[in-house]
Amino acid sequence: MTSQMFGAPVKRREDPRLVTGGGRYLDDLGHSALAAAFVRSPHAHARIVDIEVSDALDVDGLVGIWTHEDLPGRVGEPLPLLIPHPTLTHGRTQFALARDEVNYVGEAVVMVVARDRYVAEDVCQRIRVDYELLTPVVGIANARDGSALVHDDVPGNVACRMLQEVGDVDAAIAAAPHTLELDLDIERSACMPMEGKGVLARWDSDKGELRIFSSTQTSTGVRAAVAAKLDLPLAKVECIAPDVGGGFGVKINHPWPEEVLIPWAARLLDQEVKWTEDRREHFISSAHERGQLQQIRVGFDDDGRVLGLDVKFWHDNGAYTPYGIIVPIITSTQLLGPYKPGAYRCEFWSLYTNTVLVTPYRGAGRPQGCFAMERTMDAIADRLGLDRAEVRSRNFILPSEMPYDHGLLFQDGRPLKYDSGDFPASLAKLKALVGWDDFAAYREQAEAEGRRVGLGIGCYVEGTGVGPYEGGHIQIETSGRVNVSTGLTSQGQGHETSFAQIVAQELGVSIEDVFVTTGDTRRMPYAVGTFASRAAVMSGNAIALAARNVRAKALRIAADALEVSAEDLEIVDGDIRVKGAPGTHMTLGTVSVMSNPLRYAFDEAAKAATQFAGTADYSKPPVADDDEPGLEGKDFYSPTQATFANGMHAAIVETDPVTAEVKILRYCVIHDCGTMINPMIVEGQVHGGVAQGVGGALYERMVYDDSGQLLNASFMDFLMPYASEVPHIETDHLETPSPLNPLGIKGAGEAGCIPVTAVIASAISDAEGFAITSMPISPVELWELRQRHARGEIPSLRGTRHTPSAPVTSAPVTSAPSTPSREAP
Amino acid sequence: MTEPIADSATEELLDLTVVVNGVPRHAKAPARRLLSDFLRHDLRLTGTHVGCEHGVCGACTVLVDGQPMRSCLMFAVTAQAHEVTTVEGLGAIDSMGPVQQAFIECHGLQCGFCTPGFLTTITAYLEDHPHPTADEAREAISGNLCRCTGYQNIVKSVLRAAELRAERAGTTT
Repeated sequence: MTSQMFGAPVKRREDPRLVTGGGRYLDDLGHSALAAAFVRSPHAHARIVDIEVSDALDVDGLVGIWTHEDLPGRVGEPLPLLIPHPTLTHGRTQFALARDEVNYVGEAVVMVVARDRYVAEDVCQRIRVDYELLTPVVGIANARDGSALVHDDVPGNVACRMLQEVGDVDAAIAAAPHTLELDLDIERSACMPMEGKGVLARWDSDKGELRIFSSTQTSTGVRAAVAAKLDLPLAKVECIAPDVGGGFGVKINHPWPEEVLIPWAARLLDQEVKWTEDRREHFISSAHERGQLQQIRVGFDDDGRVLGLDVKFWHDNGAYTPYGIIVPIITSTQLLGPYKPGAYRCEFWSLYTNTVLVTPYRGAGRPQGCFAMERTMDAIADRLGLDRAEVRSRNFILPSEMPYDHGLLFQDGRPLKYDSGDFPASLAKLKALVGWDDFAAYREQAEAEGRRVGLGIGCYVEGTGVGPYEGGHIQIETSGRVNVSTGLTSQGQGHETSFAQIVAQELGVSIEDVFVTTGDTRRMPYAVGTFASRAAVMSGNAIALAARNVRAKALRIAADALEVSAEDLEIVDGDIRVKGAPGTHMTLGTVSVMSNPLRYAFDEAAKAATQFAGTADYSKPPVADDDEPGLEGKDFYSPTQATFANGMHAAIVETDPVTAEVKILRYCVIHDCGTMINPMIVEGQVHGGVAQGVGGALYERMVYDDSGQLLNASFMDFLMPYASEVPHIETDHLETPSPLNPLGIKGAGEAGCIPVTAVIASAISDAEGFAITSMPISPVELWELRQRHARGEIPSLRGTRHTPSAPVTSAPVTSAPSTPSREAP
Repeated sequence: MTEPIADSATEELLDLTVVVNGVPRHAKAPARRLLSDFLRHDLRLTGTHVGCEHGVCGACTVLVDGQPMRSCLMFAVTAQAHEVTTVEGLGAIDSMGPVQQAFIECHGLQCGFCTPGFLTTITAYLEDHPHPTADEAREAISGNLCRCTGYQNIVKSVLRAAELRAERAGTTT
């Protein structure tokens, strides 16, 4: 029997290669390629006065030096604005090489190509660029102030102002028995994949064809962008994403300047050219995210139910907006989480600063929105002296209310309509896992030992699986080998495995016979990309549909040959047989031979198929009018709307009474991404997301000085968590399938990181007895807050920290089995 | 990548011989060639990855005379007197080392870019500490950065690798 593949913790198909040095990442390719390096702006805001290259020309191994004025036609035009929006009234993008002005430290000014990277960097060192300094705009407050401008033609530094409102917020808040206001602040971080970006381009002058390898999250996007920039027919350009060493969002923006320049140089020089981003380049010339200032006004009733929520926030979009305003739109819509707020209004401003540009980083605006909403929930609970979990449950959208339409437009321009989820059940599971109702006793015991501990909670809903589409193509060879391709890319999610599981299940073949190719435009030219937790939803379903087509065709051919009805057939381990009479059978490989009338006997399967050849009917063509040769199937999945995954996290932290160090004692996750293809992979995604969330909550920030220099642009100074900083993560899953797609999948990639900042802020507030409103938080900052709190500058929490209260509704609550304690990993 | 030399008009190429995975390997390279670049680009052993080029992330970790070293902080010329082991030397697909096998069993990798550095580091660690506790395993890997896994399954992999080593030792003695 074919074992159950869908839903099983199958070991990853890609791992044997990756653990033995057999991975092929971008810089592992093109050993004989010329190398590119860039002279980048050392100033955050300046006019380029002069570029002097004469000192560099005698360096042995130099091939070429280019500045903006050398770039012809569309190569010299600004890079595209990928996702325009009517409210993005002042979208600006950079040139591949800066033309007259630089707007962030790290903006590329000169490209050098040389024999190898060492020589290329020698050349860069000898090129002198004279700049006339302009006033840099650094930080959201300065951008909002608007007295200095990033772009002369963008008044107030405002790229976009957007407003969405449901109901009458002012009236709802005015009529509410209680109101609160919060000012919140969240800092920049960045994706920081272990492999930076990189591009390798080969020009075939005989055929006039370009092959690009890019460490990208969208090979179809890069292909189309480069074809347009280089004025090549799409048919003459192909793009392949090789093994990609992590993305987390930064590699979905495209084309990056280097993705245009390297192919252009390769064609110009008729030689292979490669650029591999180094770590400093990644810090100062890729992308960051997260930075926002938020103002919240909320009105609520005596039970803590939100009647009106009024949110304003200011989003730092960096120097340019190539990826549009996706991030702040997501913040403004996903802020609502599992709650129904009564009336809701959100107004935001997306602002230019002279810093690295901002594009999505795992979570993509959701962590900020979750922070705003969850800080508000805690504040309401504190004001009313209610249990924080209880206040949340009173605001939940209930399962009976699904699908739930918020009346807002989501990031895809379609209605923000939740498809599924059981929030009360998730909360009950979380409370049981963390021991919510026993925490007071645990705290009492800890305090008796002189320890200071706090419990935090955070809930989120994540729009996943956004369209417009993905495709799947399946071809079964005469050997029985099943080739699967989908156009989106992989950067660590295990697509080779999870997509193979789907196919093995749908077709009834062994997973060992299934081979998945992703991110190769030669194999699947129509695709969108891997972002927004969409790969399993979109490609997973497309591949399942394609597999069903192949299966139907295989059964039709086999039924005909075996002279039975297709309904009487089953496929077991790649063998099609009559149910209940397994002696009558033929393999999928044999069917593959039979599907192609050109039946040269190259292999055993072809020989075997001859016994089923039957008698030819010369009145019919060898391939019927409604048929195609080959055992292949293809389909696309295009949903009407996004799916909505959800989850709830809780943490217990300990804060050192003297040093203000924060230690996470326990971290608990309840996660609902619908049906799981491979729970081992889902769990791994959750772990990784939480770790990035912990980094964003306690360690990571981009430290810009007033002149726009990024002071911590190295792994020495930007504190990415090591194993010593990440807690053991306890997980439990809830599977409420999405009704929107055949497989019931909701997507899992980003979920882990979304609520972590909110959860840790909640836990530290609970430990300290005053509200934390600015994240990330370092021990120094917490220590200073304690001093201010002691001086009476920061009010104490009224509800005096975590005290469970009796629920007034009948939300299911399960008591915890044991007193919380740190579990050994 | 590196600081430029003062005058790079023509760079002298040195005949280098480095013993890598038990085999003496020859290549011509300038004196400033990093060991990481030498392994990757001159010897084409691309399993060793470069994540930061300043010795912090540990992706480029190789074993030099059995000790974990950051190959991005070492020149190829200085490796000549030593024996270097890269991830390729820990085992092949049909003959995997215990750490490699444990990573597969425990889902200890996602994108796989940092993985070779963890594999070499853990291999050396288990030589000296064959029976670590979970806390010790976590401490042992806390000099390497991974952005995908959250480390939990890497800790698990260390413990599993220790078991596999013990099992294999039991079957061969």
